[in-house]
Amino acid sequence: MIDSRRKYKLHNSQTAVYEQFDDRTQQHEASSLGMWIFLATEIMFFGAVFTAYTIYRNLFTTAFEAGSHLLNTPVGAFNTVVLIGSSLTMALAVHAAQKGKRKQLMAYLVSTMCLGSVFLFVKFVLEWMHEYKDGLAPGLHWTYAGPQSGHVAMFFCFYFILTGIHATHMIVGEGIMVVLLYMAWKGRFSTERYNPIEMFGLYWHFVDIVWIFLFPLLYLLGAHF
Amino acid sequence: MSSAEVAIEPRIHYLNVDYSIKSWLLTTDHKRIAWLYLMSITFFFTIGGLAATLMRLNLLEPQGLLVEPETYNKLFSIHGIIMVFLFLVPSIPAVLGNFLLPIMLGARDVAFPRLNLLSWYIFMTGGSLVIYAVIAGGVDTGWTFYTPLSSLYLNTHVMAAAGGVFIAGFSSILTGLNFVVTIHKMRAPGLTWFRLPLFVWSMYAASIIFIIGTPVIAISLALIVIEHFFHVGLFDPALGGDPVLFQHLFWFYSHPAVYVMVLPSMGVISELITAFSKKKIFGYHFVAFSSIAIAAIGFLVWGHHMFVSSQSVYAGLVFSALSMAVAIPSAIKVFNWTATLYKGSISYEAPMLYALGFIGLFTIGGLTGLYLASIGVDQHVHDTYFVIAHFHYIMVGGAVMGYLGGIHYWWPKMTGRLYPDGWARVSAIIIFIGFNLTFFPQFILGYLGMPRRYAVYPAEFHTLNVVSTAGASILGLGYVIPLIYLAWSARYGPIAGPNPWKATGLEWTTTSPPPTHNFEETPVVTEEPYGYDRLAEEIQVA
Amino acid sequence: MSEHIAPLKLYFTVFITLLVLTLVTWRIAYIDLGRWNTVVALAIAIGKATLVGTFFMHLRWSASTVRLVLFAAIFWLAIMITLTAGDFFSRSTVQPWQASSAASQPMPSAALR
Repeated sequence: MIDSRRKYKLHNSQTAVYEQFDDRTQQHEASSLGMWIFLATEIMFFGAVFTAYTIYRNLFTTAFEAGSHLLNTPVGAFNTVVLIGSSLTMALAVHAAQKGKRKQLMAYLVSTMCLGSVFLFVKFVLEWMHEYKDGLAPGLHWTYAGPQSGHVAMFFCFYFILTGIHATHMIVGEGIMVVLLYMAWKGRFSTERYNPIEMFGLYWHFVDIVWIFLFPLLYLLGAHF
Repeated sequence: MSSAEVAIEPRIHYLNVDYSIKSWLLTTDHKRIAWLYLMSITFFFTIGGLAATLMRLNLLEPQGLLVEPETYNKLFSIHGIIMVFLFLVPSIPAVLGNFLLPIMLGARDVAFPRLNLLSWYIFMTGGSLVIYAVIAGGVDTGWTFYTPLSSLYLNTHVMAAAGGVFIAGFSSILTGLNFVVTIHKMRAPGLTWFRLPLFVWSMYAASIIFIIGTPVIAISLALIVIEHFFHVGLFDPALGGDPVLFQHLFWFYSHPAVYVMVLPSMGVISELITAFSKKKIFGYHFVAFSSIAIAAIGFLVWGHHMFVSSQSVYAGLVFSALSMAVAIPSAIKVFNWTATLYKGSISYEAPMLYALGFIGLFTIGGLTGLYLASIGVDQHVHDTYFVIAHFHYIMVGGAVMGYLGGIHYWWPKMTGRLYPDGWARVSAIIIFIGFNLTFFPQFILGYLGMPRRYAVYPAEFHTLNVVSTAGASILGLGYVIPLIYLAWSARYGPIAGPNPWKATGLEWTTTSPPPTHNFEETPVVTEEPYGYDRLAEEIQVA
Repeated sequence: MSEHIAPLKLYFTVFITLLVLTLVTWRIAYIDLGRWNTVVALAIAIGKATLVGTFFMHLRWSASTVRLVLFAAIFWLAIMITLTAGDFFSRSTVQPWQASSAASQPMPSAALR
């Protein structure tokens, strides 16, 4: 008799196919599609803020450009490079997992985590803390007295919301990577079984893509003054 | 079930496989998760219903019978928030969809069973937050959470309620994700897209809305919370923002959400109409694609909620025209159901009564929707009881009728037992009468100019309001009766057998209640759905 | 599905291209191109996102269903932005009361009825 509580234990530890699936292909296709649908919801999630941003940016162009001018563009560019680098190491991690190279996989996961941490560190210490000290944090510490202060504050609202949600996604990603690293260390992955790595890779690349859009929308808008 | 009855029916199925609390709370069986949802949304429905009861009682007298206007504001907000986000949106997808989708596809479970359980826990977390908001002192913004009342000028527990809706939204997202993947990847051999039951098509369409729409309302509620806690002007005109932008983001989800409520009901109705007229559905492809069309076009019409906001007249024109367009796929469905009934051998069991009720009430609700989509008429009746009546004809006359019809139709499958058919028919008729008595007068009230969301009203509206409240008490009775006999039948009802309605569909080929893995062996599908013609031939030959 | 194993050289090529594009978009931003600054910046961002999606995320080797999901999300996002922006940027075009005063009528005839 099947015990209902243990129903979805793996019935084959070699290929790791869960019982609701017929075979590995079906399981892989299902998880890949599921991950992409999740990313679609993420697109809409960020997209709603982008919509609001687009509207206000077009209504208050000069104020938004003035706000953007106050951001530290070189640091933003540096962070873009860091994040693209972490995307590369993530792609290499998936590659190593596909080939079943455990040590390489762990090394690439660690480097992805390090690059992600560099990004977050730069974000917190070199950007947010500075902007807070300079009185550019609306609602918390706002001392900007230039023209159109209200609309510049709105730009900084969007800056903190968008980069905040993005950073939250990265912190979640770092947490998941700790688990994946542990699993890799325990030898849970093989050429037959690397689905979690691949699915997490999609998530990480997506977070990278979001930043690829945030960088020009937030930082480069007012660079040409 | 007692041990004596197990002795009569020794077969092991998903219900008697384990009785412990843990086996329910940690289950990954989609059928058990459906029961968890059924229990929780019945609880939320009761609370939302109680709020409505108090509102209707208060409106017995023009100056208000029971409560202060502030309390009345909280009552209608609680009623709206709970009924929309915690009852209607999860009702059919999370209960019937969860139970039936894998069985209709011939699968052992949904694609991600643990995610499915997680959605229920997320749903309950969100629901608890909303209930906390109610207990802590209520919410007075209505279910729409319009800013700035909900953010900068708030004086009630909007944050908890908005947080609850935000969290519950992720439950919808995960359910939709699970369903789409299941439909794409878990179909039994031979079960091509055009052999799918129409219920599955409607679940697919509703899932699209869950996936695309829900994140948007989640983030717009998050923006309100940010606006409130940091006192920044995302939507505040004083700081250069625009509150209408919030309305855009809100309705981008919340109008399609109406279709999330009614599309699954339409799927149920397609099943009921064919099963009880013993006929193949008329125009299968049209009904299937009209579900997808409703989901797609439903995203283009949200601006018709904002005709009297400061929305531009040109945008109003576009939204008005697009809103008319969504009537086309809805009408296609109604015509096809009617054509299916034509020359069918119709029997009037309880689920069929709900289905016929649905067709009539949905038609009224849909047609009055066209009135509201015309800018000129909408200016006249905007925010009156006409709107209240219109969307209750869709949401109660449509969605709830479909839900109850579906529950009655698949109850023998879910429990393995029959309910007293006489009582069921009586309560279906009571609900139909009570519903019309409650809400039809509200069309007249609204057209005469009675605004919504007021605790008091001029004396000339007294008679119609009394009629409406009288109808509401009949309607309430109609909802209590099924609760009693269904609870009775789950334990004491006669054994149903695998196919009590002589219906087609994979779910009727397995035993009732189904085994944990739904089928003893994976079924192979060789024909189109609703093969009642062939069934009739077999009976003739026999 | 994406069980395709891509050659490592491809990943490095994509990485280098992404770095170059980042450098280009950063430097271009300091040149005043008027409205074109945003257009160029977004075009480059879309290009970079396409590269990441196509190769790092294996879209090039993915099933058509996956691409459909992605297309659907972008399509509906476009709807949301277009229709919302359509409201905001057509508001000031004509104010009905201004239009009627411009035509030097005391009241719009429709309002009299």
